Amino acid sequence: MLAAVLSLTVLGLALGWLLGLAARRFRVDVDPRVAQVEALMPGSQCGQCGFPGCSPAALAVVNGEAPLTLCPPGGKALVEALGNTLGISVDTSAMNDGDPQLARVDETICIGCIKCLRTCPTDAIVGAPKQIHVVMERACTGCGACIEICPTGALALMEEEPTLRTWRWAKPQLVAA
Amino acid sequence: MKLFRFRGGIHPPSRKELSAGSAIETMPLPERLYIPMQQHIGTPAEPAVKIGQHVLKGQLLARASGALSAPIHAPTSGWIRAVTDFTAPHPSGLPILTVVLEPDGKDEWDEFPLPKDPFEMPPELIAERVAAAGIVGMGGATFPTAVKLGGATNKHIHTLLINGGECEPYLTCDDRLMRERAFEVIDGVLLILHGIRWGRAIIAIEDNKHEALEAMRATAKGYGQLEVVAVPTLYPMGSEKQLIKTVTGLEVPAGGLAAQVGVLVQNVATAYAVHEAIRYGRPLVRRIVTVSGGAVRDRRNLEVPIGTLVDDLLRHCGHDGEPERLLMGGPMMGTVLPHAMVPIVKGSNGVLALSKPELPEGSASPCIRCGSCVRVCPVGLMPLELMKRAQNNDLDGAQDYGLSDCLSCGTCAYVCPAHLPLTHYFNYAKGELAARAQQKRKNDYTRQLVQARQARLEREAQAKAAAAAKRKAERAAKKAQEAEA
Ligand code: SF4
Ligand code: SF4
Ligand code: SF4
Ligand code: SF4
Repeated sequence: MLAAVLSLTVLGLALGWLLGLAARRFRVDVDPRVAQVEALMPGSQCGQCGFPGCSPAALAVVNGEAPLTLCPPGGKALVEALGNTLGISVDTSAMNDGDPQLARVDETICIGCIKCLRTCPTDAIVGAPKQIHVVMERACTGCGACIEICPTGALALMEEEPTLRTWRWAKPQLVAA
Repeated sequence: MKLFRFRGGIHPPSRKELSAGSAIETMPLPERLYIPMQQHIGTPAEPAVKIGQHVLKGQLLARASGALSAPIHAPTSGWIRAVTDFTAPHPSGLPILTVVLEPDGKDEWDEFPLPKDPFEMPPELIAERVAAAGIVGMGGATFPTAVKLGGATNKHIHTLLINGGECEPYLTCDDRLMRERAFEVIDGVLLILHGIRWGRAIIAIEDNKHEALEAMRATAKGYGQLEVVAVPTLYPMGSEKQLIKTVTGLEVPAGGLAAQVGVLVQNVATAYAVHEAIRYGRPLVRRIVTVSGGAVRDRRNLEVPIGTLVDDLLRHCGHDGEPERLLMGGPMMGTVLPHAMVPIVKGSNGVLALSKPELPEGSASPCIRCGSCVRVCPVGLMPLELMKRAQNNDLDGAQDYGLSDCLSCGTCAYVCPAHLPLTHYFNYAKGELAARAQQKRKNDYTRQLVQARQARLEREAQAKAAAAAKRKAERAAKKAQEAEA
């Protein structure tokens, strides 16, 4: 009994030491920029970028495996912030400048099942069971998660309507300049 | 008085002769008034009336909301017919919350308690009353006047500068106001001085307005603290920083405010509104508007109730065919209107219906790097370089070249031999910058929401676990009890 205990202890210690050594020796430096980049991202883990969440997305960006323009909810503001952090300049003019999309509930179809409400990463949908739900435009990032889960197809993404607050001058169209 | 010269500037054809001879007339009440809830810089006012309600002239329609806002009052007596979205006087043609008032034809003022002698009033009361009267900068900037006055009392203001520049072509409403109501304007200036506890004011008028200069000089005579100066006619003299430079020689730093160099600037029409508010307790419910342009038959200066449609004004003055371009304000910095069904607001100094020959012609061609734009820019920017960056969406670069100091005054585009829409590019770039800032705010907000949700989910999970543990304990206790029994 004692021998068994002893030998196991020794084995454990030895292996632990080896592991420690290995950890020190084969340590992979985590790029501190990954954390920085992740902090810039919206953090909604919505997956629109094709990655399972913001953290893998940040890693891919830092490793140059994904373009800076990967995150639709972040928009041009995020692209620029990323560019500044990583010291890369990007031409945002090529970015799809379609108006941001927002989810909207069709009140005639919604059955108040609260599925979408639980799915939304930003808690942008308000409602109660058996009551028609509403999307708060300010909080919606247009990630589309709710669209897929809605059993009645009551949710759809629509272009955000411009208001006096969001309207901007269009770029002059010139043939030659 | 020694004057200074700001850099650049241009002499566009003044076209003021079209309306300068027309004395101020009262615009008859239209069938309906459309009064937007935002006519000032800052937060929109909040409607305080119900549909169907009868209001008297000057009665409160909407309360100021927040520190930077202004209340709105009924321009005449009548019934509230709707509180609804209506086209704003804005190039986008987008709607804004608007109170619709049907005049009862009596034009009956609400009663206001009259102060005995305003100069006996404590100075703070002036700013308070100006705020309650809903007065905003009437030269077009529409910054709430009381906020400026309130700020002035605790800063080192050494000069009150009254802007009678009116440098935009066509516009003559300030000119007529100074000619015909010099006493009231001067009284307003003295009241503002009292409000900021300061003694000296300079009234600057462009030297092409002889009659206005004469009238104002004659009225100001005898007040040692007032000085009327003729400043050269040069666009954009009426711009705040350029006027300060001309009169005082002081340069407002880039990105800075007039108060930083100790100057408070107010427009002559604003001074008039202050006179009305303090002497008679009357809120700002009407203004003088120049209706002019080649497409207008009788060019006039009309005293118009706020909320009158541009269409009503044009029909009153008569017009020949459809105008080539419709503007609110002057041709250099005014707002291009999508159509005439938009209301006059507190900042509307002109309505211009221009005909084809009055518009610049020629289509854009590549920049020939002639440098004309650089020579005339009153801010000292390099418009051609700015434009290049705006074209390439290089907003940081444009910022480095002073984008946010650009006045959008149109001087550079006016002289450009290649007819390049320089100012339009700068408006575009400024809009993009604002959009960027908005997006950033949204991203930050999203992050907050996600964190809040995460915290909530964790709390819920914990609560669930706790509930499960409790149930388990209860079950165990029950079992133990059963075993005991
Ligand atoms: S699209 Fe943006 S917010 Fe969504 S998971 Fe990817 S990085 Fe995160
Ligand atoms: S699209 Fe749906 S799930 Fe995504 S943020 Fe908007 S409301 Fe939430
Ligand atoms: S005035 Fe026009 S053509 Fe001349 S340098 Fe400026 S942008 Fe170019
Ligand atoms: S619009 Fe801007 S760049 Fe052009 S002249 Fe005016 S201040 Fe200068």
